Amino acid sequence: MSAMLRRYGGFITGLSIGLTAFWLLALVLLPYFNLFEASFRPYLPFIDIGGPQDTYSLNNYLSIFSHPTDVKLNFFGFTFLLNISIHLWVFILTIVFSCITTFIALALCYPLAFYLAKVLNPGRLATFMMILIIPMWVSELLRTFAWFILLAFNGPLTILLQDMGLITGGVRWTWALWGYSGVVATMVYVYILFMLFPVYNAMTSLDMNQIEAAKDLGASRFRTHWRVVIPHCKPGIASGCVTVFMLCVGSLLVPGLLNSPSSQWFTEVIYARMFDENDWNGGAAYAFLMLIACTVFVTLAMRLFKVGLADIAK
Amino acid sequence: MKSKLSHKFLHAYGILFLVYLILPLLVMGGAAFNSSKFPSPLPWTGFTWRWFQELVADGNIWCFSFTDMKCGTSNTVWVALTVVALSVPIGTGAAILLNNLKGRFRMVLYAVMIAPVLTPGVVIGVSTLVFWFKFGVPAGLHLSILGQASFISAYVMLMVLARLQSFDSGLEEAALDLGASHWQSLRRILLPHLYPALATSAVLAFFQSVENYNTTQFTRGQQMTLTVYYGSRGRSGVLPTINALAVILIAVTVVATIGFEIWRRRSEAQKRLAA
Amino acid sequence: MTASVELRGVSMDFDKYRAVDNVSVKINPGEFFSFLGPSGCGKTTILRMVSGFIEPTGGQVLIGEEDMHGIGPNKRPTAMIFQNLALFPLMRVWENISFGLEVRGVDKATRRKKAEELLELVELPGVADRYPAQLSGGQRQRVAIARALAVEPKVMLLDEPLSALDLKLRQHMRAELRAIQKRTKVTFIYITHDQGEALAMSDRVAVMSRGQIQQVDVPQKIYNEPANGFVASFVGENNIFTGELSSASTFKTDVGAFDVTTGQGVMRDNKSRLYVRPEHVSLVAKPKAGSNAVPATVEDVSFEGNFAVVHMRDKTGRKLAAELKNDSAAPPPIVGATTNVVFAKENARVLLDSDAVAYDGEE
Repeated sequence: MSAMLRRYGGFITGLSIGLTAFWLLALVLLPYFNLFEASFRPYLPFIDIGGPQDTYSLNNYLSIFSHPTDVKLNFFGFTFLLNISIHLWVFILTIVFSCITTFIALALCYPLAFYLAKVLNPGRLATFMMILIIPMWVSELLRTFAWFILLAFNGPLTILLQDMGLITGGVRWTWALWGYSGVVATMVYVYILFMLFPVYNAMTSLDMNQIEAAKDLGASRFRTHWRVVIPHCKPGIASGCVTVFMLCVGSLLVPGLLNSPSSQWFTEVIYARMFDENDWNGGAAYAFLMLIACTVFVTLAMRLFKVGLADIAK
Repeated sequence: MKSKLSHKFLHAYGILFLVYLILPLLVMGGAAFNSSKFPSPLPWTGFTWRWFQELVADGNIWCFSFTDMKCGTSNTVWVALTVVALSVPIGTGAAILLNNLKGRFRMVLYAVMIAPVLTPGVVIGVSTLVFWFKFGVPAGLHLSILGQASFISAYVMLMVLARLQSFDSGLEEAALDLGASHWQSLRRILLPHLYPALATSAVLAFFQSVENYNTTQFTRGQQMTLTVYYGSRGRSGVLPTINALAVILIAVTVVATIGFEIWRRRSEAQKRLAA
Repeated sequence: MTASVELRGVSMDFDKYRAVDNVSVKINPGEFFSFLGPSGCGKTTILRMVSGFIEPTGGQVLIGEEDMHGIGPNKRPTAMIFQNLALFPLMRVWENISFGLEVRGVDKATRRKKAEELLELVELPGVADRYPAQLSGGQRQRVAIARALAVEPKVMLLDEPLSALDLKLRQHMRAELRAIQKRTKVTFIYITHDQGEALAMSDRVAVMSRGQIQQVDVPQKIYNEPANGFVASFVGENNIFTGELSSASTFKTDVGAFDVTTGQGVMRDNKSRLYVRPEHVSLVAKPKAGSNAVPATVEDVSFEGNFAVVHMRDKTGRKLAAELKNDSAAPPPIVGATTNVVFAKENARVLLDSDAVAYDGEE
């Protein structure tokens, strides 16, 4: 600190510290701590706040288990009846479908990353990248809407298939997968570049000689990838998966537009609790549940891929 | 060496991937010019400029009032400008501070600074809303500004910090040695070096603010920004004008990218001649 | 305008490491003063203390009789030439030079004029509008000097400014710097590890080692009358003999006893050695009786241009060297010949082993 004072003088040092303190305290740390504290407090009318009823408890978190309802599930023709709290069910489905989206994104990106890093002529790479970036600049809103239009009941996809004589009538594209097909398909498209870049980065540092050595020793293409390429790219894969998963879980716009009438995303549950029920403390608790889910996922990913936090943080 | 066949497969896959990325945008582009009432390029009922006209005429977008809270464009712009005005100084100050620290303390500080980037926008929105409510501050775009600034400052900090690494601190010493005050040294020596990073991060901050949805949606109260305007109307009947907007944005991006590339190549050629 | 610089008992500790140890020296106004020593000897630290970038942990730094304690580098009447020059890359040459004036509020026209005058002074006309990256190493040097002179400092501090230049340029710049110093009459404090530079340019030299001053003197005395073993070995070449004083002017070695001159503080019981410069010896086939003479065999003769160095070994295997002028009338002996290394008493100096030098059995 004295070195900084000597180098910049009192005013500039103070200004830097002040700006940083404002940012980290007023915009980051204090709100989070406050949220954490609020999540343990009950939902009370204004006059009762601070009074004898205002005690700390886990009730807000436990409320995810309340309101059990009967949920009917169609699973490959079999019908299951599940009695579960609707909030908990939505939470589980959010996690599950975010995982599915992440996996699909990874599967789609992996070959492309390999192609860009190792196969494509470097001269063409710049042009390829330029085209790749265009959807990025177009903003999440527009990317989402593109698919909203695509998958509409009488949208272009339907019309195209009708014109080709494959189907008649409209298709509810977004009603499959228990109403989440639209959400999954769109999230894959919207977030796929966040998976591509970390994996691609990891791939570029892979030495082609390793692959050739594996081939030389008789490994099949599958085995080469499984034992050589993927282990090398683990930090990039982990980074991409974590990023996409967190974007999916926290996504609000995509589910809002592409859900079926009977499906919901956990972020919408939070929104409803905050602005329809006006239970902000409950909303806080749910927000933290979401955060915990992300943290658990990150930890699991780190364990599974055996990478450290520094590797992921890029 | 991979066989020719697998290479061919990958080439095809690459092309297919590009098509996959661009096609939905082309769908929007097509819909923008289709006179069909439903926003879609099919069935094609005829070419029209109608949606562009409606876009321009939409009172909810093209108003520049600062008091009308439904004014999508002006709200979006003033929110974005304020976010830039906040996050660029904060990010720069934080980067300068971080650059002068080392060891454990620096690592911890860095981690706290990066945390908002990793946090879901929903959580940022909720925490901002709940926190400032304690002080009696109601929901509104001013809270959206604070919420957005919390993570956009981190992006600015990263870019400025990277640029600081290439700075020779001996230059600051030379300036002091010649009699400059600390402020003069900052203004004449350090900031000029940082200008590229400051400019880039300002642009980045602006666009990140414009397209932000999650945090804004939770903190805005009744006020409206462009992104939220389109986003929350969606279910109740998507506006076909969004396709026109998309076409304009894509066209602007493509033109800007090409223009930037040309300018870049020209200035590099010039530099080579001058040297 | 010029000023004196004085260090009174100055020390600098970095945590447990003592970089400068109780240094006291007075530099006169208008003097060209050098600090000479190997890397790590503390000379850079001293320069940074005079310029104000660090404060000494002990003692005082006075410039022009005023204590500089607490006064920052931008308030001191000093200007520094940095080792890597530190020219501002985003400013043109004339803006670089007039930067010191700019921060003092001088208007643009005057600044430009002053910059061009200084460019004339350092013999670099016509580059005012270029950028530093477009100049050669030597040209950048001169811009750095002009920039420092522009603020009319009373003391100019130079941090090994010539070390990055090639030989010819270095020699040219030595003369230039000396000329500029004489013209401007500013006090120059120059630090270097190159003894040739220090001796050639300075009015006085301070030889330093391990944070302590070993000797402060005019160059001739540093060379001809080194105060201790460190100065003698750091500056110039030597033939070194271990042994001990058997009387006030006799030094006993394993190749004989010699008549010697003793240096400062040398007494019978201190560890000391005998130093004889190669240019002070002659090679004689039959030495006069009673003179200092060491029989030796010639191992190698290297021709260095205007002189030749004869490398020999005495009967104990000790390496000896003689420097002979390039005189066709008296050619050096051939390899394998035996001869005697003869030297006079005045040139045979017995000096204290300074514990600044690591004597690791090398002779």
